[in-house]
Amino acid sequence: MPEELVLQLQGIGKSFFGTTVLRNVNLSVKPGEIHALVGENGAGKSTLMNILFGMPVIKDTGGFEGQVVFDGNAVKMESPRQAMELGIGMVHQEFMLLPGFTATENIKLNREITTKNPVSAIFGKDFEKLDIKHMREDSRAAISKLGLSIEDWVTVAGLPVGYKQFIEIAREIDKKNVKLLVLDEPTAVLTETEADKLLDAMKKLAASGIAMLFITHRLDEVLAVADNITILRDGEVVASMPRADAKVERIAEIMVGRSIERTALPKRVKEPTDDDVIVTINDLRVNMIGENVKGVDLRIRRGEILGIGGLAGHGKVGIANGVMGLFGSSGTVTKDGRTIKLNNPYEALSSKMAFVSEDRRGTGLLLEDTIELNMAMTAMQVQNRYLRPGLFNPLRLADPKAIREYALKMIEDLDIRCTGPTQQVRRLSGGNQQKVCLARAFALEPELMWVSEPTRGIDVGAKELVLDELVNLNRSLGMTIVMTSSELAELRKICDRIAIVYEGRVAGVLSPEASDVEFGMMMAGETLKGKGVKVQ
Amino acid sequence: MSKIENADPSLNRQRFDFATAFREFGIARIIILAFLLALFVLALVKGLDVPGLLTDSLTRIGMNGTLILAMLPAVVCGVGMNFGLPLGILCGLLGGILTINWGLVGWAGLIVSLLISIPIAVVVGLLYHAVLDRVRGEEMMVGTYLAYAAVFGMSIFWMLAPIRNPKLIYAVGGKGLRQTISMTETFGKVLNDFLQFKIGNVTVPTGLLLFWLLLCLLVYFFLRSKTGLAMLATGSNPSYATSSGINVGNMKRIGVVMSTVLGALGIIVFSQSYGFIQLYTAPQSAAFPAIAAILIGGATLRKASISNVIIGAVLFQTLLTIAPPVTQALMEGSEISEIARVMISNGMILYALTRATGGR
Repeated sequence: MPEELVLQLQGIGKSFFGTTVLRNVNLSVKPGEIHALVGENGAGKSTLMNILFGMPVIKDTGGFEGQVVFDGNAVKMESPRQAMELGIGMVHQEFMLLPGFTATENIKLNREITTKNPVSAIFGKDFEKLDIKHMREDSRAAISKLGLSIEDWVTVAGLPVGYKQFIEIAREIDKKNVKLLVLDEPTAVLTETEADKLLDAMKKLAASGIAMLFITHRLDEVLAVADNITILRDGEVVASMPRADAKVERIAEIMVGRSIERTALPKRVKEPTDDDVIVTINDLRVNMIGENVKGVDLRIRRGEILGIGGLAGHGKVGIANGVMGLFGSSGTVTKDGRTIKLNNPYEALSSKMAFVSEDRRGTGLLLEDTIELNMAMTAMQVQNRYLRPGLFNPLRLADPKAIREYALKMIEDLDIRCTGPTQQVRRLSGGNQQKVCLARAFALEPELMWVSEPTRGIDVGAKELVLDELVNLNRSLGMTIVMTSSELAELRKICDRIAIVYEGRVAGVLSPEASDVEFGMMMAGETLKGKGVKVQ
Repeated sequence: MSKIENADPSLNRQRFDFATAFREFGIARIIILAFLLALFVLALVKGLDVPGLLTDSLTRIGMNGTLILAMLPAVVCGVGMNFGLPLGILCGLLGGILTINWGLVGWAGLIVSLLISIPIAVVVGLLYHAVLDRVRGEEMMVGTYLAYAAVFGMSIFWMLAPIRNPKLIYAVGGKGLRQTISMTETFGKVLNDFLQFKIGNVTVPTGLLLFWLLLCLLVYFFLRSKTGLAMLATGSNPSYATSSGINVGNMKRIGVVMSTVLGALGIIVFSQSYGFIQLYTAPQSAAFPAIAAILIGGATLRKASISNVIIGAVLFQTLLTIAPPVTQALMEGSEISEIARVMISNGMILYALTRATGGR
């Protein structure tokens, strides 16, 4: 071999029930290299990682093609345990930590350092005493290797999310033989500062010779740390480049396979004004743990796209959930002069409002059921649509033809990648699931649509499509849209006005053209003291 | 040439459909089916009365079918298997006893007992739901014990019931309902004999099977109605249901009441086919075979369909019917038959419960 490689994937291919998800994937990683793997949701990244880890899913569905070469030897990945023994560490997107245990205990779990004692001489290794002193030393070493200063004896439960992520990594690097670390979207749940810290830690680790495979959606992070970048699209490697040659726009373009245009939004015949208000919210209070709303007043203009922004935990998500009756709330919400009963989703839905929940898998979808049923159910229940004729509404039969027709139309319009309208929603990728959620809301043909975090956890291409679709609905049907999002950039891209929520109240409403400083100040609560920002 | 080209895709399509159907049927059911066929072959080889066994199988499928069907609404609405099935059964028994006490016989007896047990079961179902609503997530456990309590509570009732009909009460002492009440003189086998016909030596209990299939059909359509689908959404994901404007509590209530009513109807059908009404502790573990059957049919604790009910009823009841005599024939001279029946039926239940995910 010309140069030393930790990992080589040669001609990897995999298909599930006749659908090819990976085709001839080649990838190699050198020691101490940070190799970024990017691609849209559904591009095959997770499947590739499952193969690398010998996950049972792969074996159960007929194995894979090609060869995995680790440390110069061809290996047959049969189980996650084998992968671990070889020296592959995995940092999961969801934390695999025991909350009630200390950092040290989590790091050393099942690899405890022990000393012999009389009881263990009789009953075996399981009864040896824990060598807590050495365990803590090791843990401290691992934690400080990451450039972190946390006490190794705190319980994990109370730590901020970011720290939990670090402890996951500390656990992996504490394994003495670890040669390759796979990080699956490690920054997805982190704040920006935490993410920066993590990236620093990654660089430090790389310098100590550990190779890393870094899966992420955030392209700026890729450019910040990766030595090499591999881009997957539809199961194939479409490009591979060193960082020096890469630019965010270029990566995004290759990932999506079409260039992202940033065109101005189409004009309306009549711009929405304060003279024509569709919904008025007065003193809305919502009891949603972590996102409490404490007295929001808001007027939504007919035909506008209103953005609701703000930092996490300040209650921006709570507004839509409260109005739609999903969380306990008080206050008054008036639509077209009619007061909407709160705490009653049926009432909210039948006032021609629809909601796309931020909790896609929890509230947005019936994961075990078909795409078409997911799309049609709400409209069927609220508006008696997609039902065969009958006298007594509760017993009218579903109309499979109408449902199928709508599902096919939506699959086409929204470019939902699936095997057909009867596919289980669970089997779809995140972006496609989000499109099903949108289709579910569209089926109600609402006058006002509340959309929460529509692009969370979905890839660039799907993001564009979702935003385009929202603009399209707004312009062609005149649908009023209230979009809640943590991503200020996308709010500024499509919204007419952006309300910033701070500590459960609307701090102010800004124009999307307002400066970064104005947004930043308002999100931090500065403008509440009044600094010449136009408030509604 | 063009003919071949045309033939190819259709052939592929057929093969694909077959593979899908095969997967959906599930490996567990294929194994059981194979085992069942093997038993039939053995029965033939051993010279057993195979037509007789088939007759018994058909009867058992019909008599247990409705009780198995009773599991479906409970699973669909999200309370899991209805371990409280004996509650419904007790309602049916009460209906049957009252009808016999009034001296109704034949079709009148059957219909009246079905009709009066429905309102009783509705009331009991509502109360049952009120309890289950307070123990969300523990419905199956609580249902089991609630049913045990009810069975013993009703045992006291059967002892003290103010019924003086000599057909129903103990001949000696003249107080308390009998353990086993014969229905031969009232409405035993009314459904079994309706439109009964023979194919060779196999007797088909047409009325019994029709009654069951009719109920299946009704439930099938119900589950495709607006309310049925709302129930399905409730069981599948309560948050989704709530956000679709569905009254989740109401849907569970409907599911539990339906399950209880079907349990009541089921035991009347069962009893008239069996020829006896069995009181006291007899209904105590009546839920288990029904649960085993629907699980073997491919249901899970969270998802079930009519096809699971029908496949489960056929596989489980046929197996229970033919396995004991075949075992008996294999081990000649011993009295293994009853032991085999208990072992096989409980073994199947155990197997089905370990396979609560649908045997996939």
